[in-house]
Amino acid sequence: MPARPRLAVWKFASCDGCQLSLLDCEEELLSLAEAVEIGYFLEASRKTLPGPYDLSLVEGSITTPEDAERIREVRRLSQKLVTIGACATAGGIQALRNFARIEEFVSAVYASPEYIRTLERSTPIAAHVPVDFELQGCPVNRLQLLEVISAFLAGRTPAIPRYSVCVECKRAGTPCVLVARGTPCLGPVTHAGCGAICPGYGRGCYGCYGPMETPNTPSLARRWQALGASERDLHRVFRTFNAGAEPFRRESEAHGG
Amino acid sequence: MAVRKLTLEALARVEGEGSLELSLQDGKVETARLKIFEPPRFFEAFLRGRSLSEVPDIVARICGICPVAYQMSAVHALEQGLGIAVDGPLRLLRRLLYCGEWIQSHVLHIVMLHAPDFLGLPDAIAISRDHRAEVKRALTLKRAGNEILRLLGGREIHPINVRVGGFYRVPTPSELSALREKLEKAGEEAVALLRWVATFPCPECERDYEFVSLRHPSEYPMNEGRLVSSRGLSCLPEEFDAEFEESHLPHSTALYCRLRQRGSYLVGPLARYNLNFDRLSPRVQSLAREAGLSAYCRNPFQSILVRSVEVLFACEEALRLLSLYEPPQGPSVALPAVRGEGHACTEAPRGLLYHRYRFDREGTIEEARIVPPTSQNQSSIEEDLRLWAERHLSEPEERLRNRCEQAIRNYDPCISCSTHFLRLVIRRR
Ligand code: SF4
Ligand code: SF4
Repeated sequence: MPARPRLAVWKFASCDGCQLSLLDCEEELLSLAEAVEIGYFLEASRKTLPGPYDLSLVEGSITTPEDAERIREVRRLSQKLVTIGACATAGGIQALRNFARIEEFVSAVYASPEYIRTLERSTPIAAHVPVDFELQGCPVNRLQLLEVISAFLAGRTPAIPRYSVCVECKRAGTPCVLVARGTPCLGPVTHAGCGAICPGYGRGCYGCYGPMETPNTPSLARRWQALGASERDLHRVFRTFNAGAEPFRRESEAHGG
Repeated sequence: MAVRKLTLEALARVEGEGSLELSLQDGKVETARLKIFEPPRFFEAFLRGRSLSEVPDIVARICGICPVAYQMSAVHALEQGLGIAVDGPLRLLRRLLYCGEWIQSHVLHIVMLHAPDFLGLPDAIAISRDHRAEVKRALTLKRAGNEILRLLGGREIHPINVRVGGFYRVPTPSELSALREKLEKAGEEAVALLRWVATFPCPECERDYEFVSLRHPSEYPMNEGRLVSSRGLSCLPEEFDAEFEESHLPHSTALYCRLRQRGSYLVGPLARYNLNFDRLSPRVQSLAREAGLSAYCRNPFQSILVRSVEVLFACEEALRLLSLYEPPQGPSVALPAVRGEGHACTEAPRGLLYHRYRFDREGTIEEARIVPPTSQNQSSIEEDLRLWAERHLSEPEERLRNRCEQAIRNYDPCISCSTHFLRLVIRRR
């Protein structure tokens, strides 16, 4: 029997939600454990095998000098490296520090700020090392994650559509909340993958899957303004879990500091 | 006096987010320091200036394992500040949602994280080789918890359907009846899980903790109640600051929360169970006894059993709630435009979770404060480790480390530090 491919899962600054998507695979997880050799996945197992790893999944953003070092080591040990989730692909919600003074942030939370060592910025993995594929989402979609893993193990390109949440609404037969109800929605500029959950629950998308390819954010912003959104609303809504993703960062800045 | 530092080289790896440092003198453990290196993410700081309507979505991202707990403490605190109450069917749905999180989070911890320690195996995958049926049943049970989260929350991780004032949409009767079927099955799996866990060899260990949890006039606590303790504390969540204080020690990014009067205390399943045993149904009580638990449990290693009892309770409670449910007038109540300050404690799977917010008339957050269960248990974990390590000091270090890891996982402290290899540093003098 040929050796099974060796899989590793790494965590940086994150909430663990994206890795948990993998544990949420439940039964598929048991089959996955048969198809691959889990070399490193501390959330699931204390058994670790040395690198190199055929595939590394990376969750979380880089926020400390030690982590900036560690991601280089992970890259060195990995044949293929895939980032999973908004923290890893865009810096995550913790990238809000990039727009503030970090000392103020530290002293707002810790009584003894001098004990905390952290970087000024929370940055995505691709700002530090080359990345073979980025899977967006906060959290990533479990089925998409399985698809990415299988694709890499089979040596093909993952079938992850690059269109917007709007297309998923159409597919699901969900009436457009923007048109039908006048609810502000980020669906037109947000990367597909979740299955258009929010519109299905009667709320506008808040962009947790990050920007789609070439989103027209200025035109959507005008649409929001016509529905009564203030500059402040627009500034905030593009500045959440994917605040560090370029198109969202730009649009947020266009609406005030 | 010379301090000899002994590091376990094989484990001295960069990624260890948790490490344990024991200082020894004359064969006694003087101090045990559990260092947590979770990189800080500064939620309380960047919540300032956000709209209160964004808070439930933002705080969910503090923890992917218990996002509902963060959402629940947040909405209750904000609603208190707004002076509104969310009652009736909406309150019921929130409790149902919380049941879903207790089930999925507890089963994850019991089977995937803690059981391997008791069975001397590296992970649940290894357990499933010898106990495939039990692991599969547990996964079915976990999925039932996830079903609740998916229906009421829109998805399991970081639910999108929770808002200040209620929900965006409430479930339809046919969605709820499909859920009921799954939960009936889950109730049986929960009994099987409890019985299986009761067969695990459990270390003997008794500690005299001060237990702290919520206490509700009629229910096993989740979303509301007074804060009570086994040594007579009884106060409202808004008095949290008067009774508890947080401090920051150099070795950890976690804060230590202690009782101003008496120091360390313990929150979580053991505390809830001991202070609210009489709020469990007679059936759950007798299954707990059958599993070897008494009405008051001081053995931290039995927390795995108590968690299993709470899973059983949550399945039963979810079914009870479903049978009482009648559709509400609307999915949420309107929010007044007022300035305010609100506090709330709810029972996260890992224990008490305190939130406080102050906001202006536009609903912009001026100040946020969050005290998670792990910082409240930090002192108790270290005391456990000191006693536990001292008792096993003569054992080989590998064995000692495993024992300490198991003791830490009694608290399910948070997945990242609880499952990472423990780096053990022993300082001898
Ligand atoms: S992307 Fe979102 S879900 Fe994933 S780890 Fe980061 S905060 Fe958690
Ligand atoms: S915010 Fe948008 S991308 Fe995220 S779950 Fe909702 S619809 Fe999907």
